[in-house]
Amino acid sequence: MDFSYTETQDMIRDTLSRFLADTYDFDSRSKMIASGTGRDPAIWKALAQDLGMLGASFSEEHGGLGGGYLENALIMEELGKVIAVEPYLQTVVLGGGALKAVGGAVADAVIPEIINGNVIIAFAYAEPQGRYNLANIRTTAKKDGAGYVLNGHKGVVYAAPWATHLLVTARTGGATTDVNGVSLFLIDANAKGIVRRDYPTVDGFQASEIYFENVAIPADALLGDEGVGLPLIERIVDEATVAVCAESCGVTAKLHQGTLEYARQRNQFGQPISRFQVLQHRMVDMFMEVEQSKSMTTMATLKLDLPAAERMAAVSACKAKVSRSAKFVGQSAIQTHGGIGITQELAIGHFFKRATMIENQFGSADHHYERFERLTLAD
Amino acid sequence: MQLEFSPAEIAFQKEVRTFIAENYPQNLRSVQDEGHDLSKEDFLSWHRILAKKGWIAPAWPVEYGGTGWTATERFIWSEELAAADCVGTMPFGLSMVGPVIYTFGTPEQKAKFLPGILSGDDWWCQGYSEPGAGSDLASLRTKAVRDGDHYVVNGQKTWTTMAQHADWGFFLVRTDPDAKAQEGISFLLIDMKSPGVTVRPIITLGGEHEVNEVWLEDVRVPVANRVYEENKGWTCAKFLLAHERTGIAAVARSKRGVEKIKAIARTEQDGDRPLIANPFFKRKISELEIDLTALEFTELRSLAGEAAGKGPGPESSLLKIKGSEIQQRITELALEAVGHYGAPYFRGFGEGDNEHPIGPDYAHRAAPTYFNTRKTTIYGGSNEIQRNIIAKMVLGI
Repeated sequence: MDFSYTETQDMIRDTLSRFLADTYDFDSRSKMIASGTGRDPAIWKALAQDLGMLGASFSEEHGGLGGGYLENALIMEELGKVIAVEPYLQTVVLGGGALKAVGGAVADAVIPEIINGNVIIAFAYAEPQGRYNLANIRTTAKKDGAGYVLNGHKGVVYAAPWATHLLVTARTGGATTDVNGVSLFLIDANAKGIVRRDYPTVDGFQASEIYFENVAIPADALLGDEGVGLPLIERIVDEATVAVCAESCGVTAKLHQGTLEYARQRNQFGQPISRFQVLQHRMVDMFMEVEQSKSMTTMATLKLDLPAAERMAAVSACKAKVSRSAKFVGQSAIQTHGGIGITQELAIGHFFKRATMIENQFGSADHHYERFERLTLAD
Repeated sequence: MQLEFSPAEIAFQKEVRTFIAENYPQNLRSVQDEGHDLSKEDFLSWHRILAKKGWIAPAWPVEYGGTGWTATERFIWSEELAAADCVGTMPFGLSMVGPVIYTFGTPEQKAKFLPGILSGDDWWCQGYSEPGAGSDLASLRTKAVRDGDHYVVNGQKTWTTMAQHADWGFFLVRTDPDAKAQEGISFLLIDMKSPGVTVRPIITLGGEHEVNEVWLEDVRVPVANRVYEENKGWTCAKFLLAHERTGIAAVARSKRGVEKIKAIARTEQDGDRPLIANPFFKRKISELEIDLTALEFTELRSLAGEAAGKGPGPESSLLKIKGSEIQQRITELALEAVGHYGAPYFRGFGEGDNEHPIGPDYAHRAAPTYFNTRKTTIYGGSNEIQRNIIAKMVLGI
């Protein structure tokens, strides 16, 4: 048992932290979000080519640094500290995760392009009726000659307006919630018949509703085997869930730190409000939630390679705890700031918005408590 | 970073597990299973076995009798002890005064006191709280006046756990009445058989005799029994409190507690289903279990920090707060789980009494344990005081 980071991991954290401090202050972020595309593509290029950051979790054979889950967690935590609106989760964690899992020619072709910053992937999995059930899929991929034809509607696809590729879950067989008959495809985001309705999200990203209207896709777009894609999808979503928890550690650490700084300089009743014990204890409770989120994220990151049932229980335990912590820390930060906390003017409110979206991303606390119970608390 | 134990750690785990299985006293096991209060001899029987083996003080430096185990090995050891449901060893000597003596004591004090702590020949108690000094410990008034090479001690201590069995006590006393609160306090080791020491029981809500009042009337204590400098006893007290908090998370024992609740909830019927199938009860168990995992990994991160040279710092208050809350939630759920049979008051078997007590075995001590465990958020610095410590020492507010 060992809980220390390697020198390389420390270096990744320090390098990224310095870069983001220079490029991702609150004003710069606000300008990116307000710009036409909602992001600054130069940042992604720099992450890829100047810092080598997008290769941190890929093997050396693919041109990466040879890392994995821990590197993803480190990077997501740093991105969370500046509430970065970069598509790292979608491209590297989800897209890269799927490609690493299936390997072969498609991985050899696409992973180096991810590392170079030329490929951006969006994960089109959610559907309006599906809530958090990954098998609840109406989108169909019908066999057509050598390839498939896609039809259906995917909702709230983060990063889709920026994407070069879409990672799509679709039914190649079975009824809407069947475990069997689910397949995973990596397709060209600009394929004919894809209709997008783009919009900003409340937490600063760009997303789309995506309608597939008889989209013809080639046979080699299929990742893994046809009809048995659910375990792979569950696995990459678990990896992404833990990555989002790591991001939440960064977001909530900043919510806590910002609240402390504010309470020290805000005077009421002739003294800084940080002197009031009721606020001190609230800030201690925030501290404890942040620390426990870090502990749970470490735990789940280290268990991502365990057999599916153990992995899922660990990930759900982590997300259930982190979701609740994100809510508590976010709400407490706003309450301690008072009126200024509910304006757009301070960064704190924007951290709160991201923390709030993290709560339900890949499943609410309730969803994950229930999955944990199903796996560990049989009658 | 990795979670798996190394081959050496797995071998260690096997060694300690085998040792416990082969050496844990069987009669002690049955006393525990039937829900009796443990006697001094019950506690000491296991203590002496560990002392003989050289495993009684894993956290101590090797030169004073420690085992030299790594943080991971100590973690494995505590997990195995809890998994086998072993009684704990009394903390007052091993975790409290022992580390103070080997850190601050003179060579003579080390030679005189450490062997008795390790062997179990000396049973220790802690003389800190007073009727007027609880959370505000530094307002204590028990005073020690110098008289040649002795102090004459007068005052009253309270909540003195297991003082009824104690051979020795470590006491905070005021040696300079004019100094500010924390200054002017000294750390004295007092022979509990000294003339003028009176121990009176306090019976707590579960019916147990754990704590006592200790009255000190003109008790003569050799100056040689003062640890560290006169009026600098607060340094020892603070050191001791930080030490006390590290073990206080009680993760391994709480894991065992959660398992016991699950077993009860699988046995107890709730209508036409076992209690564990009740979604509300099930949710309380899962919340408890997940919070316990968060505590466990917080402790592991803290141990890793310790191994890297960062001693137990003020963040160990977090372990105390969360650990004590979880201990309470376990007893609360156990009492809820046993239903009707939480009510009968079981006082243990009388001499020669063969009649089975009322209700299932697991219910006998549910209520007394629940009542008793309210102490965990109060002792060792109440959880409110722990929050003050984090606010001041970690957050800097």
